[in-house]
Amino acid sequence: MNTRWNEKLRRNGFGWGLVLPSLLFLGMFTYYPMLKSAWLSLFEQNLAVRTPVFVGMDNYKALLHDPVFIEVFRNNIWFAVGTVPVSMALAFVMALFADKAIRGKGLVRIAFFYPNMIPMIAAASIWLFLYMPQFGLFARFASWFTGSEVNLLGNPDTVLGSLIVMTVWKEAGYFMIFYLAGLQQIPKDLYESASVDGIGVWTQQLRITIPLTMPTTLFVTVVAITNAFKWVDHLWMMTKGGPDHASSLLLYYIYETTFSFNDQGMAAAMTVVMIVLLLVISCFQFAGWERQIHYQ
Amino acid sequence: MLKQGKMALIALGLTLMLVGCSQGGGNAADTKAGTGTTASTANPNTALDQTPKEPVEISFYYPVNVGGPLTKVIDGMSASFMEKFPDIKVKPVYTGNYGDNTIKIQAGVQAKQPPDVAVMMSTELYSMMDTDAIIPLDDFIAKDADYNKDDFYPAFVEDTQADGHTYSVPFQRSTIILYYNKEMFKAAGLDPNKPPTNWDELVEYAGKLNRDGHTGMEIPGNDDSYWMFQMLARQNASDPKQSIMGDDGRKANFNTPENVEALQFWLDLSRKYKVMPEGVIDWAATPTDFIEGKTAMMMHTSGNLTNVKTNAKFDFGVAFAPANKQYGSPTGGGNLYIFKDTTPEKQAAAWEFAKYMTAPEQAALFSSSSGYVGVRKSAYDTEAMKAYTDEFPQALVARDQLQYAFRELSTHNHGKVSSALTNQIQSALAGKIDAAGALKAAQEEADRVLAPFNK
Repeated sequence: MNTRWNEKLRRNGFGWGLVLPSLLFLGMFTYYPMLKSAWLSLFEQNLAVRTPVFVGMDNYKALLHDPVFIEVFRNNIWFAVGTVPVSMALAFVMALFADKAIRGKGLVRIAFFYPNMIPMIAAASIWLFLYMPQFGLFARFASWFTGSEVNLLGNPDTVLGSLIVMTVWKEAGYFMIFYLAGLQQIPKDLYESASVDGIGVWTQQLRITIPLTMPTTLFVTVVAITNAFKWVDHLWMMTKGGPDHASSLLLYYIYETTFSFNDQGMAAAMTVVMIVLLLVISCFQFAGWERQIHYQ
Repeated sequence: MLKQGKMALIALGLTLMLVGCSQGGGNAADTKAGTGTTASTANPNTALDQTPKEPVEISFYYPVNVGGPLTKVIDGMSASFMEKFPDIKVKPVYTGNYGDNTIKIQAGVQAKQPPDVAVMMSTELYSMMDTDAIIPLDDFIAKDADYNKDDFYPAFVEDTQADGHTYSVPFQRSTIILYYNKEMFKAAGLDPNKPPTNWDELVEYAGKLNRDGHTGMEIPGNDDSYWMFQMLARQNASDPKQSIMGDDGRKANFNTPENVEALQFWLDLSRKYKVMPEGVIDWAATPTDFIEGKTAMMMHTSGNLTNVKTNAKFDFGVAFAPANKQYGSPTGGGNLYIFKDTTPEKQAAAWEFAKYMTAPEQAALFSSSSGYVGVRKSAYDTEAMKAYTDEFPQALVARDQLQYAFRELSTHNHGKVSSALTNQIQSALAGKIDAAGALKAAQEEADRVLAPFNK
């Protein structure tokens, strides 16, 4: 009995010993702040209230009636709808290309992945220039279409779309890497035997490539959606959420509420909403989807 | 198995070491602080003959919001301060633009580790008071014979005060001025020495200048659009003291007929008169546009004067922001604040530093290397400043305009109140709402935000 316990302890001790350092940091920088936010979200704490007052769920109720929060949330959903499918489709096509390219394979891959290597702030500056009225490339293109001066980032109707275009450009290369890895896992003899059977290239893609990269697609979907809710730096550089909140996203609004408005309680409530949302999205991956989409 | 056990022990040991290290660091600091106190209590008894004191170390946060290498200037000023005051050590920290700077400071305040002294927007005064972050400077001023507060320009002193106390020292200050391209004036048949002085002339000149692939004028509309609006509102006010806020930071007066007219004028510049690009014009892009000849005139902070002077390849002039019923421009920029959660020695050192940084010679140096207005009158009597303004008389315009200058929008919960106004102005500039609707909405939002402070 004693020896068995000893061995168990040893074994578990080893495991825990390995996990402990990461657990410590995770706890310090992830779980503790999360719990703290949840706790803080139950208090009113802002510039008008020096000592925090316990208000229960009031902050959450207020969020439901905050027109700006609702607008920001809606923006974020449109942002996700606009960026996720397009960047994934583009990534898939680019991966096919990068996989098949015979000459200059490395160059093609680098060219596609390049946007990802540029820091977001630098990329935002470049795009800021592209969108600049009068002499930005895209602004000129747009005004050539409409026949009048276009200020893409200064107009509530076009600002979110402009940011979506930039984000797709930035994200597609990153997702391409996953697809490229997925494509290379597919055994080549599948294609060979399909060719021998006289099956066309398009059907091959439809019947072999797409089903066999489904796990990658699921993974990328989850990453892409969560990313869509995590973007913030480009807003900070390019629009500050404006004009009139038209391009503000969840994380940026949280940041603004915390640091510009000093409304700690409300910001904590929004943080909790965001964490729950991201958890729900990530859960898709665990909740059986993964098994269902595999090799039908 | 035994091997695994050993590994587990090693892993555990490493972790403990990690934890132990951080604790060890803490202990070391404690002991050091301990010996420090014993030493200082022992000193007065043993050594009456001036033993050099342990230097007081203070941290100094500052932002830079205009083009040009201003960090060098400020770091240089800190260095010369340390030469003069060897018992004070200053650690200058450049913190980005005003927005970043405020966030870093607020985060520090909440973590109970504020800087000892910092440059912050004058408009942050009430937020700083509400978070109990800063100390009033009345005692320092009263005790200090060589601090002549009447030497500072009254327009700048205005926003250092609240509830009968003085909370900061004017430092990096500006007003809005009109920059114009003299060569484009000539090309358009205008007299390059006669800039527009009122709104009618502004529209007329801008119309003539709106040619050859550049626009007549630009007024930036993002970030600080409330600042520009405040200027137009004052220019359009029949009452010389009319302000868009109450004196005690508890009230907003956005929605008045005159203010609506002022905003309408701004919108008309692009929509009716077509002399300015439509939509929201970027704050930072405006000086670049001016320097690159994309616009013939711009309204911008005087803080960009040196930037324009260094980079413009053409002869340019600056002038008062054109008047309508009267001249007017809000002051802008930052003051030096001293923080609460630190020791009295550090606060005293910080005061010494604040005094030095705004002394006439320093104010002259800072003004001539940035374009910011020298904060005190005597700065303009220094030799350096005289030499500078003789060669570059444009630098005097912002100072002369100070007689028409007034306090920038500053209220309790300034972030929310100003963004309520800014967002509505942006909405109006983008054509989503008319001037009256925008100011009505901004007023309602500001009233709601300020309600808790009026209880």
